[in-house]
Amino acid sequence: MSAELEKQIQELQQKIGKMEKGTKDQLSMVVFSGDLDKILAAMIISTGAAAYDMKVKLFFTFWAIAALRDPKKKVSGKTFMEKMFGMMLPKGSRKVKLSKMNMGGMGTSMIKGIMKKHKVASLPEMFTTAGELGVEINICEMSMNLMGFKKEEMIDYPHMNICGVATFLADASESKVQLFI
Amino acid sequence: MTPEELRNLTSNKLVDARGTACPGPLLAAKKAIGDIESGEIMEILSSDEGTKHDIPKWCEKMEHQFLGIVEEDSYSRLFLKKA
Repeated sequence: MSAELEKQIQELQQKIGKMEKGTKDQLSMVVFSGDLDKILAAMIISTGAAAYDMKVKLFFTFWAIAALRDPKKKVSGKTFMEKMFGMMLPKGSRKVKLSKMNMGGMGTSMIKGIMKKHKVASLPEMFTTAGELGVEINICEMSMNLMGFKKEEMIDYPHMNICGVATFLADASESKVQLFI
Repeated sequence: MTPEELRNLTSNKLVDARGTACPGPLLAAKKAIGDIESGEIMEILSSDEGTKHDIPKWCEKMEHQFLGIVEEDSYSRLFLKKA
């Protein structure tokens, strides 16, 4: 084989290696909204993707973090403002509301009734399933601090990390699918 | 395979996901596929319309062989052979 050809093959192999490393069969999603319907959509897509054998990495930021709070856990040492935020925002996934037609909570209870009737899993159930399937939840530290939440008040979830934007970017840049909800 | 052939098929694993909504049947299938060996047949019962599209797509991705659908009155039976 000529040296020229050998060199070309080597270059091609390197390129293919890079391409294979570049995108994984992985889904990265920013979960920003703190509404019942939007988080439900995020969790259905996540568990579906995990069943589809994709690695799933969720980046919870801003309003969505409130849905990860465990209502049974109490933390001390919060400032006045942090306490206020904590009181104003939903305490856990059972308390989040619809983004539309909430009607003072009436719409939310109605949709929960309809979901039950249609055997759609509730948000807390979806989180349990996601945990079993290995869906990773990364919480944005900066927005968690802004909202006055502490990691000690988050639900017990098997694959949860506190991280920064670089983690999301690193995950997203090697994922085939990226979403923002 | 034709519905007739499928009706005569004996499956190694039966997954009854009737009554659950998306993504219930898919999650049930994913959970159950680990219980059978390569080349064995799994049958999924679902009353969710979307499953009829989802399971063949999932099979294609996972390289399982999708064998076909038998329609019953209020649900469908989906058959696949594990890769």
